[in-house]
Amino acid sequence: MQKLLNWVDERLPVVDAWNKHLAKYYAPKNFNFWYFFGSLAMLVLVNQLVTGIWLTMSYNPTGEGAFASVEYIMRDVQWGWLLRYLHSTGASAFFIVVYLHMFRGLMYGSYQKPRELIWLFGMLIYLVLMAEAFMGYLLPWGQMSYWGAQVIVNLFGAIPVIGEDLSLWIRGDYLISGITLNRFFALHVVALPIVLLGLVVLHILALHEVGSNNPDGIDIKKNKDENGIPKDGIPFHPYYSVHDLVGVAVFFFIFFIVVFFFPEMGGLFIEKPNFEPANALKTPEHIAPVWYFTPFYAMLRAVTVDLFGLSAKFWGVVVMGGAIAILFVLPWLDRSPVRSIRYKGWLSKIALTLFAVSFVILGYLGLVPATEGRTTVAQILTVVYFLYFILMPFYTRMEKTKPVPERVTG
Amino acid sequence: MRKLIFGLFIAFLPVLGLAAGAGVPLDHIKTDHTDKASLQRGAAMFTNYCMGCHSMEYARYKRVADDLEIPAKLFEENLIFTGAQIGELMKNSMNKDMAADWFGAPPPDLTLESRLRGESWLYSYLRGFYKDESRPLGVNNVVFDKVGMPHVLVDLQGLCAVKPNIGKKASVEPLSGNVRNADACPEYAIEGSMTGAEFDRAMYDMTNFMSYMADPIKVERERLGIFVLIFVAIFFVFAYLLNREYWKDVH
Repeated sequence: MQKLLNWVDERLPVVDAWNKHLAKYYAPKNFNFWYFFGSLAMLVLVNQLVTGIWLTMSYNPTGEGAFASVEYIMRDVQWGWLLRYLHSTGASAFFIVVYLHMFRGLMYGSYQKPRELIWLFGMLIYLVLMAEAFMGYLLPWGQMSYWGAQVIVNLFGAIPVIGEDLSLWIRGDYLISGITLNRFFALHVVALPIVLLGLVVLHILALHEVGSNNPDGIDIKKNKDENGIPKDGIPFHPYYSVHDLVGVAVFFFIFFIVVFFFPEMGGLFIEKPNFEPANALKTPEHIAPVWYFTPFYAMLRAVTVDLFGLSAKFWGVVVMGGAIAILFVLPWLDRSPVRSIRYKGWLSKIALTLFAVSFVILGYLGLVPATEGRTTVAQILTVVYFLYFILMPFYTRMEKTKPVPERVTG
Repeated sequence: MRKLIFGLFIAFLPVLGLAAGAGVPLDHIKTDHTDKASLQRGAAMFTNYCMGCHSMEYARYKRVADDLEIPAKLFEENLIFTGAQIGELMKNSMNKDMAADWFGAPPPDLTLESRLRGESWLYSYLRGFYKDESRPLGVNNVVFDKVGMPHVLVDLQGLCAVKPNIGKKASVEPLSGNVRNADACPEYAIEGSMTGAEFDRAMYDMTNFMSYMADPIKVERERLGIFVLIFVAIFFVFAYLLNREYWKDVH
């Protein structure tokens, strides 16, 4: 065995890679609950890839056959129902763990220097993930798949001059059709997963270059022992690999409760209108995107005024795009001398709380039909969402921060 | 930090309550896919009264026969009316274009209707027909206003002369826990062969069958789920102990 390893190692640096990324990758010893979600995102990614491959084996990517083939998977394919529920629940689970992972980054300032690139790659992953989820949602070819895609692709039509042609180009037809389904299928199962995997590799390589942040936001590399090992660091493997295993068990427990007992999650993970085949002539009463898009959908609907001769719809698209785009520049908005929320001032704490609350309530508002009152609330919360970023350079510099300890705490 | 997590959960709570939805009041029931006798009665009623117009084209006869423990020969002789083989999908021979001319829209496939509309909706709808001369077929439905479907079960239920009291005066049946409204119809224009309570029972069976058809794996899925959760719980104990053992030397 050792000889085989040596043979390979002389030709490919496997031992070196193992050490660099696992056995001698020193992570801060004070990771808390919030640090489970990175590895859980990897776990869900693997779940999506594996179940996705098997679903592809029985799925029929045509307008005529897609809906029936999903029911074929659910009824006639051995364990097909399990594969599909793992995949559909996995999609929502992916966003849950990614949102918590991102919130961790916001709390502990994990985007600050020198981790800007990690944040940027992470944001690109989030962007690709949204595209992946959006295109995957069309594939069951139910009513909500169809009309959800119709609404979202039509948004591109709001862009002046090129809009209509652009949405036509995306659809490949004058309305969502089998042609759209075919190209979304190709992108969902081949193109985007490749991009996603590439970005995940870059995200982790960049992380392992500069090292992990921690709840205290301290640079553990400043305090090294005589062997050059950070005093507050422990090897990722075995310490965090066994630690994450506990997280995996807890995650699986919740995940499987949904998969086996509440696969529709009351219409949140699989929306009810999707049990009816896509019908271009019948618009559902209420079109709502899946829950993970609803905060942005609520922002889109919150914009109700025409401005500078451009339609409210266009400005809605701008606001929605801006809400995602502004996350990219976050590392350059935070001027605080400290990373972690633990040592930032109360202004930062209030700002982060307001931001999280507004995001969650916007998510709720995006799920339910708009009324005048709800639109007003959505408008206020959209402003709150943006103020978190726009005012960040000021409140992070103004506020009084607490002294950061030399070594990590608890 | 714990407060934060708690806060997040609280914030998500209202979202979970969304499922029910608004609209017309319904009589609420709980279906039971383990009640084979009820499912069998529902299957007999569905194939006899509904399948002439409504297909269940994503499901196969064989699966129904197996799951409901109906012998294949008996099933073929009594519950397949199209001459289909038992392994085939449950289609019917109604021409969709002609049906659209007759009813305004072709009768929809009902394989997934229960997951689309909900069980309580189906149960209420089936009991919601009443006499309305202003409609082309002379009937309307309190749950589905201006419905295009005729009252197919008029021989059994009779025809209610006024709007039935769906979703009002509900009472709970102590044994099954089902919410019922036995005398939904106070006055009949045409008498049927069943009493109000008999018809309610028959519609419960039918709804139960349709609910099973929409989600045939439910019983097996939930049975397996228990074992999966037990496995994960045991795995958790070992993972936890392993983690504790390793982390002993981290100070």
